[in-house]
Amino acid sequence: MTDYILLRHRDIPDIGQLDVYREHGGFNSFKKAVTSMDRTEVTEIVKASGLRGRGGAGFPTGLKWSFMDDNNWPHYVVANADESEPGTFKDREIMEGNPLQFLEGVMIAAYAVDAHTAYIYLRGEYWHIGDLLDEKLAELRKAGLLGEGLFGTDYALDLHTHLGAGAYICGEETALLESLEGKRGFPRLRPPFPPSYGLYGKPTVVNNVETLANVPLILKNGAQWYQDLGTEDTAGVKVFSLSGRVKKPGNYEMRFGSTLRELIYERGGGILDDAEIKAIMPAGASSSVLKATDDVLDTPVDHASMRALGSDLGSGSIIVLDETVSMDWVIKKTINFFNHESCGKCTPCREGNHWMKYLTESIHAGALDDGKVNLLYEVASNMQGKCLCALGEFSTMAVKTSIDRFPDDFKVEE
Amino acid sequence: MKELQDKYPQEIEDILAKYPPDQKRSAVMPLLFLAQREDGYIRDEALTEIGRILNIERTEVATLVGFYTLYYSEKEGKYRIQVCTDVCCALRGAEEFLEQLCQALGIRPGETTADGLVTVEEVKCLGACDKAPMFQVQTGEGFAYHEEQTLESALELIDSWRTEENDEEGS
Ligand SMILES: Cc1cc2nc3c(=O)[nH]c(=O)nc-3n(C[C@H](O)[C@H](O)[C@H](O)COP(=O)(O)O)c2cc1C
Ligand code: SF4
Ligand code: FES
Repeated sequence: MTDYILLRHRDIPDIGQLDVYREHGGFNSFKKAVTSMDRTEVTEIVKASGLRGRGGAGFPTGLKWSFMDDNNWPHYVVANADESEPGTFKDREIMEGNPLQFLEGVMIAAYAVDAHTAYIYLRGEYWHIGDLLDEKLAELRKAGLLGEGLFGTDYALDLHTHLGAGAYICGEETALLESLEGKRGFPRLRPPFPPSYGLYGKPTVVNNVETLANVPLILKNGAQWYQDLGTEDTAGVKVFSLSGRVKKPGNYEMRFGSTLRELIYERGGGILDDAEIKAIMPAGASSSVLKATDDVLDTPVDHASMRALGSDLGSGSIIVLDETVSMDWVIKKTINFFNHESCGKCTPCREGNHWMKYLTESIHAGALDDGKVNLLYEVASNMQGKCLCALGEFSTMAVKTSIDRFPDDFKVEE
Repeated sequence: MKELQDKYPQEIEDILAKYPPDQKRSAVMPLLFLAQREDGYIRDEALTEIGRILNIERTEVATLVGFYTLYYSEKEGKYRIQVCTDVCCALRGAEEFLEQLCQALGIRPGETTADGLVTVEEVKCLGACDKAPMFQVQTGEGFAYHEEQTLESALELIDSWRTEENDEEGS
């Protein structure tokens, strides 16, 4: 028995069904909040729990909720289910396996910020999850858990799904809001941030699926319980998506403070063909690449420790590379992704990625001798700090750290 | 032209009901999926009709079809096999799988089989990185994931579509 907190369907296979979820305490937290708690009280508990966003930036969730502008109405909650970072497939499993806990999290967030409407923005490819959630939402309306006058109070709430149509940039929260408004997914200039200017120009909380799925149990078990699960820097548990050259890729729910060695070797079964591990990308394709030294493998994982190692945790999508993989190939792949997904709104990212694509392709094809590696490094450096949104920045991470940390992969063979 | 409204009145009403009455424009993406349902691509007339339903310019609807990769303005294979060859899948044999599949079908990535049944495309991460090789199949009706594939399993699937097509023609 592992006592899952998020992937509870692995302990209780039918937890996606309303009666089973309720037998296990489902919707008690939402009911408790609506019938007996002040809105700010809910936000305070989430704040005190130390919960940080799981969509990549790790922003404190309760704090974000407290930023909602109370002079501008209505308020909205939007769940970010766009999940498109290469290497990330955790929100999908949460929504497929334990959908009601996620929905309850959305509902509690909505209550906390006094929103009466919430949207779930899913990447279009998660069509089947859209169908599943629509089914669940219909059940919740029937059961009186959504709609007008909830639990005899005057609180009303409804949730709706909305499908994207194939654009990684729509995971960026302001591009997502543009897309939800029926426009092209171009990021907005920030600030203002969504809690003051969000959907339809109204105050909006945007949270990742996994972030929200934590909330029902935080309300049930208390802030201290959640704090105690993690590290001082990052409370709680995380669903890590493990992929790449490991024997058992998949999602693994672990406490913050667990090590990459535990994840990769104990849970993930080690490296394919028992080869040597070479590098780790802890944040999907957007990672600064880490050399897989003993130090790195034995570091307790949280946001601060990954940063201290010269990388970032991002959404916790761990891509493992072994000795059979050359970094010039890896960055050719990541740049191919970013060049394809750059929305084109700002020049440094659009042009920079175009150039990096050409350069990584020719370097991979063997053109190492005429300064192309230096040029690539320069292009990436020049992009940094000049892009409108973080996508441009992300695209440079693996490029620069691969060249810095794995210079042998970019040398002319004698 | 009121083709969509004639064909899908209930669906259109349900879609519009999701958004505030003064923010109808939000319905444009679901309406585009609806317009794509029958033929797997969006006809010019549908752009005009959607624009009229939502009270926005036709050209604005058209720019969305250009921006989002899952909308199409031309007819291609009835089944679009979209193989993920992004970094995680490529680390687990996806590029070889794509090559074999294309070879077996006698087409290159991006092309459609002569009978118009299958288009094979290379796509970015689909959130199934632990189950490579994998692809999704897009039809007008939506998407279906097929994970941990082999050439054999993929060809079997395609054969089952062929049988279905032949049965439909025969009946
Ligand atoms: C290019 C880009 C892509 C992103 N993709 C996602 C995504 O797919 N899912 C997600 O939750 N957050 C994504 N984010 C982060 C969101 O902008 C935002 O920070 C997040 O949804 C906030 O939720 P959280 O505080 O619960 O993490 C992305 C950011 C960028 C810059
Ligand atoms: S950085 Fe790239 S993705 Fe972001 S707004 Fe600029 S062009 Fe678009
Ligand atoms: S890289 Fe292929 S599904 Fe993620």
